[in-house]
Amino acid sequence: MKVDRRSFLGLGLGAVAGFSVSPVLLKLTDDSSIWTQNWPWTPVPVDGEVIYENSVCSLCPGSCGISVRKIDDRPVKIEGLDEYPINDGGACLHGISGLQYLYDPARVKVPLKKNGDKFEEISWDEAVSLVSGKLADIRTAGTPEKLACIADKDQGSVSGLLQRLLKTFGSPNFYTMPTLESFLELTASSLHGKGTTLGFDLENSDFVLSFGAGIIEGWGSPVACFKANASRKERGAKLYQIEPRLSNTAANADKWIPIKPGTEADLALGMCAIILKNNLFNTAAAAGFKGGFNKLSAMLQNDYPLSKTSEITGIKESDIEECATLFAKAKMPVAVFGKGRGDGSQSLKELIAVHTLNCLVGSINKKGGAFVLPVKKYLEFPEESMDAVANEGVAKPRLGRYVHDLFENINASSQPAVEVLFVYHSNPCYGLHDTKTIKQAFGKIPFVVSFSSFLDETAKEADIILPVHTFIERLEDVPSGAGLAKKVVGLSKPVVKPVFNTKHPGDILLLIAKAMDGTIAQNFEWETYDQCLEALAGSIWADLSENGHVILSENIPEGSPVMDISFLSGASASVQPNGDGDLLLIPIDNMRLPGAAQAAAPFAIKTLSDEVLKGRDTVVEINPKTAQGLKNYDLVTLTTPVGTAKVMIHLNEGIMPGVVGMVKGLGHTFDNKYVSNKGVNINDLIGPVIESGSGLDAAFGIKAKISKA
Amino acid sequence: MSKKENKNESGSAESAGECTAGDTKDDKGLGLGVIFFILAFVICFLSGTLLFPKLLYSKKEQPFNFNHELHVGETGDCESCHAIREDGSFNGIPKLAKCQECHTETPLGETEDEAVFTEMYVAKEKEVPWYVYSRQPDCVFFSHAAHTKTEGMDCVTCHGPIGTSTNLKPYEENRITGYSREIWGQNIWGIKKHSWDRMKMDDCAECHKKETGHQGYCFQCHK
Repeated sequence: MKVDRRSFLGLGLGAVAGFSVSPVLLKLTDDSSIWTQNWPWTPVPVDGEVIYENSVCSLCPGSCGISVRKIDDRPVKIEGLDEYPINDGGACLHGISGLQYLYDPARVKVPLKKNGDKFEEISWDEAVSLVSGKLADIRTAGTPEKLACIADKDQGSVSGLLQRLLKTFGSPNFYTMPTLESFLELTASSLHGKGTTLGFDLENSDFVLSFGAGIIEGWGSPVACFKANASRKERGAKLYQIEPRLSNTAANADKWIPIKPGTEADLALGMCAIILKNNLFNTAAAAGFKGGFNKLSAMLQNDYPLSKTSEITGIKESDIEECATLFAKAKMPVAVFGKGRGDGSQSLKELIAVHTLNCLVGSINKKGGAFVLPVKKYLEFPEESMDAVANEGVAKPRLGRYVHDLFENINASSQPAVEVLFVYHSNPCYGLHDTKTIKQAFGKIPFVVSFSSFLDETAKEADIILPVHTFIERLEDVPSGAGLAKKVVGLSKPVVKPVFNTKHPGDILLLIAKAMDGTIAQNFEWETYDQCLEALAGSIWADLSENGHVILSENIPEGSPVMDISFLSGASASVQPNGDGDLLLIPIDNMRLPGAAQAAAPFAIKTLSDEVLKGRDTVVEINPKTAQGLKNYDLVTLTTPVGTAKVMIHLNEGIMPGVVGMVKGLGHTFDNKYVSNKGVNINDLIGPVIESGSGLDAAFGIKAKISKA
Repeated sequence: MSKKENKNESGSAESAGECTAGDTKDDKGLGLGVIFFILAFVICFLSGTLLFPKLLYSKKEQPFNFNHELHVGETGDCESCHAIREDGSFNGIPKLAKCQECHTETPLGETEDEAVFTEMYVAKEKEVPWYVYSRQPDCVFFSHAAHTKTEGMDCVTCHGPIGTSTNLKPYEENRITGYSREIWGQNIWGIKKHSWDRMKMDDCAECHKKETGHQGYCFQCHK
């Protein structure tokens, strides 16, 4: 017997046949197909126990309830919280992107101290000792008023602690960035007396007359506004939108009335004149007017005949008359002010003129109208104990009425007007008009302390950064505001352990205060911020901690408030834009980009269309009639008296001729590759224009020129 | 006849002669080939059936033994530990916190496994790294609530009589896919006698076809 090639052939064939009829091929085919679906680089969501924790979002003034989905204690998704009195399960794109802020590349991971042009890491002990040392120095020098603070708002416990620290230290210089809430309070206090604010019952109104308010573009409490707008058709309610551009809100409205930018106050007063002339006003309400109703009436009849209003505003006479008549005859009308998101520049004349429409037609404290609400102080701060230095310091005049005055005075002074500046949860070097001069003022302040989670434009100008927890890493009371008809205080809870070596801003303030001598430390006796909040919340703490929110007021306020229209009787001239260009540059608020305090999350940036941001270029809108032969996506140089920028053109028939619209919220310059160095910051191009009388920065735009780059 | 044709004829005759002469040799070669064929066939078939599963699966011991029968007796049912949460999701293998509702650092029993559990996990507050026999691929959605609560199916239908077991069998992990052997089933041919013998997609589809009249759509499970 000889083993030849046929034997091997037999062996091979036998092996193949044997394996073929065995389960090997079947099993290996199945396993290899599964194997190809499990490459190690394929992202796979980690499996684990799923739990939900409820909290409150404080990314914007909306104060929505949120539900954070966690897998094995790791947060993976933020959703709107069902049955929360503000948003009832709804959430905006910034809220659902909130987790991206946790791992943002620009997060400040440890306390930082500036050394030359660079930051170096320091310990918390060293940071607190540095800050308290600087504070002690200016107090010893007898100039406690040279401590100033800029915060995002004046309500809530953290802001309350900041104000308490300044007061007991001896400084009157606490400022907030412009917010819709601040404008509501200013309008209410001018018309209805101090300590009041306004809420708008949009969800019940049958006729909303919006003077540029971006009802579905981030105005007020965005999700609450979306819901009110979404139910409009069902309720048979009307929305008339008055603004120079066909915004999403205007496109969604029953009627869009394009208006020359900056003439909104004139239109509102012209409409008041029509209502008065045609006796469409509410006589009972008119009886409650103080400060010269007859004088105002005569002034309006004289200064705002229909033809003149039409000429000023560029709106047809018939449209103005129709709009005023429909508004006055509606059962539950409400006029809403606050252009765009409502937190940009505003003219008090415009705010009061628009709200006077509500007063005239008797919509105050009526269902579907405007509510005059007391500014609720739900926190019970103990009485401050003040020493002589503090008493003397707080009695000194403030450096400015508003935050822009503060910087103007710092720049104007040859000596440092402010020795130490605290900046909390705000970004003035990005968000205020003419950022160059704001940065210049920062350069003149010897010691800037930033309480920021991110190394943003303002934190970069600071001498020391005390990194704070992000909104989902900390406990905090979150009061609602922003034009809601109801007042709710929510409790933001730490749904995740701090990712970096950050602290709660309240705890940092306690540490700083405790490091100070005498009465300052005595005013901050709480061991931790958590204890402090529980003590301050007092009677509402049990409800707040158990339910996650407390409704402070939700009913229609009773009684008729004072309506003092003396501001209008001696009304100031309308604000005029700076410069002499042919075009007028105006800001656009886009729901996909958040307000100035916080940059957008990467996810939100990805949702921008090519008509807003193309590549790294901001795209500005211009009417084809004034486009000077330019085509879509032509690169041009936009020049204003404040600055220049390279932008792309988008021809849009939905913007009035002569107007250039540029989105707000782009052009960040800090270290976040997903968000920064994309587009232009419009605040680099617009300078402040101060309204006489109110002192507000009321720059609604700036004159601009465009030339092909 | 040409020279060429002669050559061809001569060649043919040679070939025929060789062929005839070779028949006897080929018979032997063929016989041996057949033997080799059968031998290889049998060896490969047997190794594909018997040896291959042993090579394919690696055996892993659980951290310690768990007596299901004892626990079902103590708690009364499966749901006491393997519960459906309020939101409808399934908790799977309970976390240590669930065990600690009964177990403290003082052992409840006297077995070696109880000692390991209390010393290594309860005292150290460490989760037990159980191997999960029925772990399905990632991104496959399966609702226990829809099957057991809504349709009233018994746990045994898919998981078998594990509740009456006193020992945990070794976990067998597929070296290629990383999945448990329970998914394909113990029988390497994939043949099943009971409904709980396999947990492949086809088994889901088979039951769905039988119970609902339709095997279901891709996106119902693959999300």
